[in-house]
Amino acid sequence: MSTLELQEKAIKIDTEKGNFKYPENYEFDAGVGLNEDTVKYISDVKNEDPWILDFRLKALKVFESKPMPTNWADKDLENIHFDKIRYYLSKGQVPARSWDDVPDDVKETFERLGIPEQERKFLAGVEAQFDSEASYSHMKEDLEKEGVIFVGSSEGLAKYPEIFKPYFGKVIPTADNKFSALNSAVFSGGSFIYVPKGVKLKQPLQAYFRINAENFGQFERTLIIADEGAEITYMEGCTAPKFETATLHSAVVELVALKGAKIQYITVQNWSSNVFNLVTKRGVADEGAEVKWIDCNIGSRLTMKYPGVVLKGKGARGEVLSIALANDGQHQDTGAKMMHLADNTTSNIISKSISIGKGRSTYRGQVHMPKHLKNCKNNTECDALLINTNSRTDTYPAITTRGQNNTVQHEASVSKVSAEQIFYMMQRGLSEGEAMSLAVNGFVNELMKAFPMEYSVELKRLIDMEMEGSVG
Amino acid sequence: MQKLPSFLRRGDWFAQSGWLLFRSRITYLVSRISISISITITITITITITIPHHVSRISHNVSRITYLASRISYLASRITYPASRITYPASLTKMNTLLETPTNTLSATEPSWLATRRAAGLEQFKNLGMPTARDECWRFASVGRLSIDDFNPVEAPATTTLDTLTERSNLVSDRAGRMVYVDDAPADFECVSKEHADQGVIYLPISEAIEQHPELMEKYLLQESTELGSQKFFGLHAATVKAGAVLYIPKGVEIKQPFVNYYWTSGARAAVFPHTLIIAEDNSKVSVVDIFFSETTENEALNISVSNIHAGAGAQVFRKVVQDWNEKTVSFQLDTTVAERDAQVKNVAVNIGAARARFESQTRIEGAGADVKMYSLTVAEDNQEFDQRTFQTHNAPSAVSDLLYKNALLGKSRTIFSGLIKVAEGAQQTDAYQTNRNLLLDPTAEANALPGLEILANDVRCSHGATTGNVNEEELFYMMQRGIPRRIAMQLMVFGFFEEVIEKVDSDELADNLRHLIHNKFESKLK
Repeated sequence: MSTLELQEKAIKIDTEKGNFKYPENYEFDAGVGLNEDTVKYISDVKNEDPWILDFRLKALKVFESKPMPTNWADKDLENIHFDKIRYYLSKGQVPARSWDDVPDDVKETFERLGIPEQERKFLAGVEAQFDSEASYSHMKEDLEKEGVIFVGSSEGLAKYPEIFKPYFGKVIPTADNKFSALNSAVFSGGSFIYVPKGVKLKQPLQAYFRINAENFGQFERTLIIADEGAEITYMEGCTAPKFETATLHSAVVELVALKGAKIQYITVQNWSSNVFNLVTKRGVADEGAEVKWIDCNIGSRLTMKYPGVVLKGKGARGEVLSIALANDGQHQDTGAKMMHLADNTTSNIISKSISIGKGRSTYRGQVHMPKHLKNCKNNTECDALLINTNSRTDTYPAITTRGQNNTVQHEASVSKVSAEQIFYMMQRGLSEGEAMSLAVNGFVNELMKAFPMEYSVELKRLIDMEMEGSVG
Repeated sequence: MQKLPSFLRRGDWFAQSGWLLFRSRITYLVSRISISISITITITITITITIPHHVSRISHNVSRITYLASRISYLASRITYPASRITYPASLTKMNTLLETPTNTLSATEPSWLATRRAAGLEQFKNLGMPTARDECWRFASVGRLSIDDFNPVEAPATTTLDTLTERSNLVSDRAGRMVYVDDAPADFECVSKEHADQGVIYLPISEAIEQHPELMEKYLLQESTELGSQKFFGLHAATVKAGAVLYIPKGVEIKQPFVNYYWTSGARAAVFPHTLIIAEDNSKVSVVDIFFSETTENEALNISVSNIHAGAGAQVFRKVVQDWNEKTVSFQLDTTVAERDAQVKNVAVNIGAARARFESQTRIEGAGADVKMYSLTVAEDNQEFDQRTFQTHNAPSAVSDLLYKNALLGKSRTIFSGLIKVAEGAQQTDAYQTNRNLLLDPTAEANALPGLEILANDVRCSHGATTGNVNEEELFYMMQRGIPRRIAMQLMVFGFFEEVIEKVDSDELADNLRHLIHNKFESKLK
């Protein structure tokens, strides 16, 4: 088999592939609904320090006091019933270090999704989260020797408070928005990563998130700190079975890139079409640092995700590359935020969205340059492709500019696959579906190159599959 | 039909309508007011008697008489409501707004449909809250500093003021008609020529239009409201409006020269509510210039103006707006355009003045093949805030809309451009564009851009672009190398930036006047 075929085989994560579930059998269950007792239960099970419980309880108050952002966001948010969700489900707190120690049903779940194979192939470390807690976590030994820390959120706060506590909840404060407050109250799982000075990870670290239980809310918390001159690539993938009822995924991801560090965060989100995916992601880039979000949203019912970069140090760079595919019944509300807080900072946003059938894709962006800054640059490009007559796309950028020699440019365009293009390809013997698929892949091709090769192959396949039957 | 005086029977159409109007007014006034006013009327009547001696200027005179009559009606309204006038100050000091002020527009002659619309407007004004920073429609606007307190409609200014300002209303000399209002009081009216009148063109002050063409007005007046956040202020406008121009162009009539409307403010803390209504029937062609000026640099004022354009199938409407209030004015301009099949509408706005100016402009395309252009240039300085919201709705296929808003910012000024293109389901083959360009000339200036798209059809070409940048130092250096002082070079570049919009006004005289206005504004500022 060729390498390409091998890789294709290795990373078969498609919508149907993820559509299976195992019977629920949990050791710890916080019950249905959210109140102080739920929060205390979670904290108690995790055996947390008192300051974390305080943090959670304060966050709960903030969550309760904040209104739903329906003054600007999709009204579909009102269909989330916070009192019907289960906030914590787990089989145990300590993730297995060896694949053999993982419980059978969980192991089978991830094996069916191809996680261990991927790890052997090209990953430096993997964490697999099953509902609330990581069930497997493993990192190559040489990285451990170099001082790289790759643990879950509870373990990170318990074992390495001197590293993680100063940054925990600082990039995204509890009160940032209603869902970040919710996450702060009930967070569980996720990855805490620290890369020491000058350490450059050649291979990516990966986390894999899986929802198995119905009516469940997954609230993982990720904090990545890249010390001066460090480099890291992190990838996350998500799946869930298709349930009748809505499932909530509300993560908080904080990235800290200290002087000269580089963080690249890659997401391939392929939740099933009943998941509300409401995620807050933000990175801080210090002097000369670079934070890059590569974000691909294919699944979920409603995704609201606007990865941001706070360009705090001189010469910092922020980038968001985003691909969204909205099929029937889906709303991909994605975008980017760039906060320029220092001179000579640059940011780049490229967003490509494809709407199929009655799908709706939205770009929402914010670029902010205050008055004391000099020589900042931002470039934003949003391209939307509409496949069917009833597909929908929206663009809502917000740009504020002051200061000297700051330039901002924003461009957006909307297009469709031209009939001529399709005709041309069909002339050469392709079926209409293949022609359409090819045209769509051509549309996102430029961005695909930014993904690691394994991922771009997977993406191409996913897009092909989503495009099936969309013509005619 | 009652028997007309002999001099009118000779048949000047306009004189007839003028006479009818005048006579009805006299009947109305005589029935209600005191002897002292009747004396004034007698005086005006003497003027009418002089008309036969100046047959050549007959229509002009009649229009003046109409105006004298309407001034009398103001006097009358002041005299006939003494009791209510006494109660005003108390309620005013209590409320601090116009809210509870009885409008003096509700005359006995106003039709019931208008009374209903006014009442609905007042309800809307009372029920909707002031905008807050949380309103998406007011994002980035400094709503905290927005206040309409203590502004009130004022009495008509002295005749000398009216005359001076009429004389200063000279931006366009070659015109088809002109109206001048000062603090919503009529100052001067040049009606349409006999030729146009014969074709059925109607160009009248709003109150006359309501009396003479009630059906037309019922169909169009106050029927298009803004949807961009200032519904509250539209309500106030609807409840209060008394000044403004109504222009009706019948099918197939083409008028080359523009109609020019001047709206001045003069009194202390005056609230004005100018209204421009343009109804262009199928295949007609017309252009209108609306000009907003302040008498001095000091008189504080509140403006809530509304303009509605209805462009019938194949109609061509060109509206130019010059807004140069003084920097003590709070201004709302709430404009709408409805374009039918193959209509071509062009809006060009030049915004120079006001302390804070909210400009809402929305275009609704209802017919296939329509083509709407929206152009604007803004010069912002000191602490000015220009808050521009636009909305291009495509409800019909194969239409084009193009928007270009250019802003140059000096000092601590702020601009907000928030535009939305909405292509409805089924509006295929739409071409819609939106461009916002901001030139920051000072580091303290702030430009906000919110260009938006909502597309529900797939076979469309839509794009928007927003850029913000500074004057290119290299280009400045190049010009300075060639002996051009920095300040002049900067000015040249700013004019170069604006020229794209200025040349779209399509009139050398107006373009020159605009350049002059912009030049004045920059003169002391650019260093």
